[in-house]
Amino acid sequence: MSYVDIERQWTTRLRQRLVRLLPPDRLLPDTQPTYVSSWIYVFGVTTVAALMVVIATGCVLAIRGPQWWHGSSVGLFVNSLHLWSVEIFFFSMVVHLWGKFFMAAWRGGRALTWMTGVVTFLTSIAAAFTGYLCQSNFDSQWISTQAKDGINATGAGAYWNVLNMGQMLMWHIVLLPIAAVALTALHVLLVRVKGVVPPFAETTEMRS
Amino acid sequence: MSRSRVRPDVDVEPWHGGYSPYDILKEGAIALLVVAVLTVLLAIVFGSPDVPSITIKSWSNAAPLDFTQDAFSQLNQTSETATYGAPYNHASVGQELGPLSLAKWVGVKIPINTVKAYVVDPLRSLPPQPGLTAALHAWSSASSSGRSAWLKHYGAANARLHVVDGTIEPVVTSAGPVPVMMQSLLSMARSGALDEALGNENGFYDTDYTLPLLFLEDGNYLDAQAVRQHLDGDQWGMMNETGNYPGQAWLWLYTFWYQVSPFNSSGNGDVLVWALMMLLSLLLLLVPFIPGLRSIPRLSRVYRLIWREHYRGVERP
Repeated sequence: MSYVDIERQWTTRLRQRLVRLLPPDRLLPDTQPTYVSSWIYVFGVTTVAALMVVIATGCVLAIRGPQWWHGSSVGLFVNSLHLWSVEIFFFSMVVHLWGKFFMAAWRGGRALTWMTGVVTFLTSIAAAFTGYLCQSNFDSQWISTQAKDGINATGAGAYWNVLNMGQMLMWHIVLLPIAAVALTALHVLLVRVKGVVPPFAETTEMRS
Repeated sequence: MSRSRVRPDVDVEPWHGGYSPYDILKEGAIALLVVAVLTVLLAIVFGSPDVPSITIKSWSNAAPLDFTQDAFSQLNQTSETATYGAPYNHASVGQELGPLSLAKWVGVKIPINTVKAYVVDPLRSLPPQPGLTAALHAWSSASSSGRSAWLKHYGAANARLHVVDGTIEPVVTSAGPVPVMMQSLLSMARSGALDEALGNENGFYDTDYTLPLLFLEDGNYLDAQAVRQHLDGDQWGMMNETGNYPGQAWLWLYTFWYQVSPFNSSGNGDVLVWALMMLLSLLLLLVPFIPGLRSIPRLSRVYRLIWREHYRGVERP
């Protein structure tokens, strides 16, 4: 096989493209612009950290199945870890989102980064919501029966039945976590590709 | 617009300032540790709620009259489920968004005949009993007008009914087989057999609780328990959970609309709230492209707080 043949390989071309798009020093940087010095930046990384704890505690719950935590003190504690990691996740994510809004973080060709963040937020809401639906307790009964009217009214309830615990469980532990993790990964990679948005350049024209 | 014109809400100038050391992996590791410790502390201090589910057995024993009236509303097809429309039946158009009947257009994909699903089929699953077998035979062989007359007589006596030791009194003798059917269904529910019948609709293995949940919701008992737990619609119920826990606080805006007019009084309130939330979500998604909206950060000058060290350096070089 010649050099030209190797250069034409799908794998070679993909690797070269990825390295151009995201060289190692941008993927794993060891310096950052000096303007990245505010507590608001903490909430992006804590969102990712909380998502990792959410996934980990959810996996522990999955090991013994959906009924385990009702009859086991250990299971109830793991459920508590899952609940509070979700609360931290959303708190961090909302602060991160509003922080980025007030930074106008979409500037400089970063609109896709902003949009993946918003879609991740909406996907996470759906993931958390389905968690409440498959708890198999009073909360599940009440929340599902109240939520069905809104979803049915859009027509979506015909296919996405919030009263079907099996369907909601599958969405909660498979489809929505995959989507949330994939979107988060894409969002973080876009941040690395484009870098952190710089401050507004304050000029007389801007202040007017 | 000329290409050289400054678009401060869209473009940025390349950064020519300084850089400082940044250990991204160390930052991630510390964040993970802090979040994990905080999670453990919150879990130890506050735990999590787990109020047991209501069963049809517990409901029919705690509030037998409410159960009986719900069951009768399924039989005479006046319950919320029986009159719901799509996706359960064709009984009504359902909610409409202006000229759009979204649910109706999608159609009946989860068909539920409340007479069959909640009364006749469960009763037929019971072991043969002479009185009940005769009542079911009378019901199935009666004409539509005959059934209507029985239901009318039973309905007229409905307000006078009460339950004593699991027995519905008085017996409405002019209602044909209906009193026997209602009494049998109540006894079945109080024994737990109706939970089994509705929960095993699809066979031995079943994870779809559509039937029992709709039945439960059509009564007043579930709602009364929810009010006690501050979960009703006008108590911001969609974002709360049992006990004093934060619940789904991130649904505050969605829940807010249900507290105000016209959403809280319209028959189309649900679809109106959903349409509004979809619109607001779309605006949030497309902020970078919406003139005016994307200028809010610059005009509000909140960014001066976020980057105060940077601007302090710029203003005092």
